[in-house]
Amino acid sequence: MSTGTDTTVAALAGLAPPVDEAPAVRKTAPAPAPAKPTPVPAAPRAVSVGRLGRLLRAAGLRSAAILALLALWETAPRLGLVDATFLPPVSEVAEAWWELLADGQLGEHTGASLIRSFGGFGIAVVVAVPLGLLIGWYRPVAALLGPLLEVFRNTAALALLPVFVLLLGIGETSKVSIVVYACVWPILLNTISAVGNADPTLVKLARSMDLSTPRLFQKVILPASVPAIFTGIRLAGAVSILVLVAAEMIGAKAGLGYLINASQYNFAIPQMYAGIVTISAIGVAFNQLLVTIERRLSLWRVPA
Amino acid sequence: MAKIVFDSVTKSFPTKDRKNRRGREEFTALDGIDLEIEAGEFVVVVGPSGCGKSTLLDLLGGLTRPTSGRILLDGRPVTGPGLDRGIVFQQYALLPWRTALGNIEFGLEATGVPRRERTDRAREFLDLVGLTGFGDRHPHELSGGMRQRVAIARSLAYDPDVLLMDEPFAALDAQTRESLQDELRRIWQRTGKTVVFITHGIEEAVYLGQRVAVMTSRPGRVKEVVPVSLGTRGAGATGEDLRSSPEFARYRHEIWTLLHDEVARAQQLEKEEASV
Repeated sequence: MSTGTDTTVAALAGLAPPVDEAPAVRKTAPAPAPAKPTPVPAAPRAVSVGRLGRLLRAAGLRSAAILALLALWETAPRLGLVDATFLPPVSEVAEAWWELLADGQLGEHTGASLIRSFGGFGIAVVVAVPLGLLIGWYRPVAALLGPLLEVFRNTAALALLPVFVLLLGIGETSKVSIVVYACVWPILLNTISAVGNADPTLVKLARSMDLSTPRLFQKVILPASVPAIFTGIRLAGAVSILVLVAAEMIGAKAGLGYLINASQYNFAIPQMYAGIVTISAIGVAFNQLLVTIERRLSLWRVPA
Repeated sequence: MAKIVFDSVTKSFPTKDRKNRRGREEFTALDGIDLEIEAGEFVVVVGPSGCGKSTLLDLLGGLTRPTSGRILLDGRPVTGPGLDRGIVFQQYALLPWRTALGNIEFGLEATGVPRRERTDRAREFLDLVGLTGFGDRHPHELSGGMRQRVAIARSLAYDPDVLLMDEPFAALDAQTRESLQDELRRIWQRTGKTVVFITHGIEEAVYLGQRVAVMTSRPGRVKEVVPVSLGTRGAGATGEDLRSSPEFARYRHEIWTLLHDEVARAQQLEKEEASV
């Protein structure tokens, strides 16, 4: 493990900017000002002036923090508050982003990253949900494996990255594997506890109706577990991107993590920020997608 | 032959209580229950808390097996759960992700009723419990009384011979409880089901039951079975008229007297347990 420590520290240090960046953006919705007013003209009569004003205010409020951040980002380097070499104004970053997009580099790197992280995430969902249902159903198994699973969950996936590289090389396999590994734990643990927390009265009801175990699962346990399982899936979604970027910084020839790292080495600072912004946009969009699906599946939930 | 026969049924559990670990004692919930229930009869089981009333129902529902003795249903021993018995739980046990209609259909899905017919049947039973027009509401959009009506409709929909009710109205407010009691009697008279109803309410027992079985506190035994025949009910009296009649008061007092010692004893037991 000692040989790997340096790399890990480097990876974590390199990871710092996107981690800092992400929450600031995530606090507000991804599609801010322009998206909101569009539905308003669709029903012009139903919407009173007061409601229109309220909608606009809400949209303004939701995008205000992001706009302020962008304004600060633009002005601070221009006014010399920060070194423009290390933090170029946002307009320059946008320009660099546009160039990267135009010459196809951005598409290539984004594509590589998305395939890896969605691939790993997808495998994790397919493996961890059924496995979690199974473990959760057999209480003794859950009790037996519980402590072990906690150990794995609380071992930072990135700390194991050197191990993955040693075992699987620096190719796609190790990158997808580390994403799978990191995504499995939140889904698995949430699924196990969801099954354990299923309302015992409902289980008793199903038993009293002589439902077979597969039926009981299909009609009672699974639907009752959906909200908690989805919480795990949403955590995994965020983790998949986080871990992947770090993995790509260590040994890769493509991907957004590589783009960021390589830009930094080549002192192409605007390009580096362009990569960071792209990652945070993907993170927000992915999270929003999962939230939407989650809402769809748990409409029945008692509004808190 | 009676519909349901309890033949010296005993049920004991190994204690999970840590304090008693050394003793490795057995906890006897029911001790030699003998009770016969006729087809189409409405029998109420009343007893102090912790007397094993719910265990009695679990046994009849086939959810647990007796330690000794046997339970016969139509002359055949009960070996497991089945759709010939429908259970109504105190906590309603509605699937929160399904609508009222969907919950009633849930009962029908276990039987072989074809999909098209299910919805029609479910709607029919929704009407029976007086919830016409509430079919597409989710449980959290319904009041407690409405939820229990849905649960009753669900149990009736798959047409069991016996309806087992485990303190179904205990969580409801007084007005709702009384109106549901009337409703239940009406449904019972219309459908002719055998009903075994568990409660700790004396008034509820007298109001609903044709016979009231009074249980002792732990271990649970049947202390006495009181046949209730209210002459004023024959004259069409319901609700407050019936409850305030002298004969109702007499029955209530009789059962109260039977229960009184048991309740005192149960409280004593609880106190002793808490101070161990």
